[in-house]
Amino acid sequence: MYGNHAIVEGVIAAGCRFFAGYPITPQNEIPELMSIRMNEIGGVFIQTESEIAAINMLFGAAAAGKRAMTSSSSPGISLMQEGISYIAGADIPVLVVNVVRGGPGLGNIAPAQSDYYQATKGGGHGDYFTITLAPNSAQELYEFPKLAFELAEKYRNPALILADGLLGQMMEPVEFTYEAVDPDTLPEPSYALSGCKGRERRVVRSYDLKPGKLEEMNWQRLKKYRKIQEAEQRFEATACDDADLVIIAYGTCARVCDAAVRIAHAKGQKVGLLRPITLWPFPNKIMADMSKKIKNFLVVEMNMGQMIDDVRLATECRSKIHFHGRPGGGVPTPPEIYEKIQTILGGAR
Amino acid sequence: MTQLFGRPQGLTDVLQRYCPGCGHGIVHRIIGDLLVKLDIRERAVGIAPVGCSVFADEYFNCDMIQPPHGRGPAVSTGIKRARPDSFVFSYQGDGDLAAIGTAEIVHAAARNENITIIFINNAIFGMTGGQLAPTTLPGMKSTTSVQGRDVKKHGYPIKICELLAGLDGPYYLVRTAVNTPKHVINTEKAIKTAFVNQIENKGFSMVEILSMCPTNWGLTPIQSKKWIDDKMIKYFPLGEYRNRAKEEK
Repeated sequence: MYGNHAIVEGVIAAGCRFFAGYPITPQNEIPELMSIRMNEIGGVFIQTESEIAAINMLFGAAAAGKRAMTSSSSPGISLMQEGISYIAGADIPVLVVNVVRGGPGLGNIAPAQSDYYQATKGGGHGDYFTITLAPNSAQELYEFPKLAFELAEKYRNPALILADGLLGQMMEPVEFTYEAVDPDTLPEPSYALSGCKGRERRVVRSYDLKPGKLEEMNWQRLKKYRKIQEAEQRFEATACDDADLVIIAYGTCARVCDAAVRIAHAKGQKVGLLRPITLWPFPNKIMADMSKKIKNFLVVEMNMGQMIDDVRLATECRSKIHFHGRPGGGVPTPPEIYEKIQTILGGAR
Repeated sequence: MTQLFGRPQGLTDVLQRYCPGCGHGIVHRIIGDLLVKLDIRERAVGIAPVGCSVFADEYFNCDMIQPPHGRGPAVSTGIKRARPDSFVFSYQGDGDLAAIGTAEIVHAAARNENITIIFINNAIFGMTGGQLAPTTLPGMKSTTSVQGRDVKKHGYPIKICELLAGLDGPYYLVRTAVNTPKHVINTEKAIKTAFVNQIENKGFSMVEILSMCPTNWGLTPIQSKKWIDDKMIKYFPLGEYRNRAKEEK
């Protein structure tokens, strides 16, 4: 099935019955299928007047204690940043899917990874982070919504799935690997605005004007972020032990790099691939460990170089960090990356 | 001794930080009263805006949420669709509803969302210190139109009831005021109708309320009440702009 359709089935299997969104290419297959599926299963589908309205509808639905999601692509995600900041400030879990396209501005509709900074450094105003998952196949597009909701709810934090136009439009086999969650079996969260019958009233908000109170709230939130960074770093490492060069790439880029690595292996070269699955929390522990013995890292991104900053920080520049990037909707090819591998390993000799 | 009058259970027992002569307190009281009288307090979720009444989340004795500026109708939609058995009201000022939140109010009305909007129109930005609002009257002074609103430079005020009445969607649109006892009684009737509409699943109801802002108008509370009669009502006529219950009869 289409990657975008896999997201829909994954979201529904995760027990989510609320979708609000605005059309934008290359993710339109999500709201289109969602409108049909939500109708079939008695869920809520709203085509909104804007991405701003969509994210705020999520804020309402999630604050009411229900699993809620939206999907969009880069320019639309920019419009949602105000809402995401409020949601993060109110510690409410929601799921936002970004099928990234080329930017800045209207850019184009080609696949890109140029929203990495926006996704992993907060994105909107204020001190906050959003849990960010980077799938690299239709199978993961199906599986990650459930994981994203579970992490979002565990930590009361917005979660993002950062895909791209290629993953969304690509057709691959998908195995439905888990039993669908029945939303009626999900417990009512402690913050849920469900009416104050038989309990104290609840308030969901991101502000506190009392002197010192917001600082206190933000320090508390930092503790949560540290906990997430400690416990939730996810990655996939292939052939990294004893490698002369480890490529670091996520999403579509990781698929392309995987092919390049196989070319290298066929020629007897020791090249590994480290694929971050969580972009935030960034898998810096494994990179710090690797940097003690791996001399060369090659960061491959479909942008001008964004994740490379995190790699430099994680490795504390102990290793040599090379970069190969394709901004503006360019997708690298395996031979192109293999050529870069040759240059680095040739130069290393 | 029989107590004839007191704080309604729909309001919390805290000090409200509104200026002397401000209309918010009157409208808060009406809502707090109706939440109890209509037996909806325990399933109510209120939306506090950005502006002076941002603190409404401390004042209404029910579940509350404080969303981004102008997004009340979208957040209300999310809550109501996720929990259709809840009672959802969005309390908004003129900056919140008629400037930054114009898209959200228009589309919630067009969808005839089963929610209630309480729209306080005092023709000025209160919390930020008296800047030009989308409802500032022609000639009226503000801190960003010190010579008075010049329609050639600043454009014309937006009449929200009239604007929304151009849509097929909304069920009930009414404009009232809180500057005289008679107007307060009419406001209470209008809010009650709007609340009952939601209880009966009729759809979108909005009560626009002309309200005093002595602080930013540079008038005394008494002058402010008179100013509504003399100036505001002439530009923003009171009355029902849509009442589908009457049309259906």
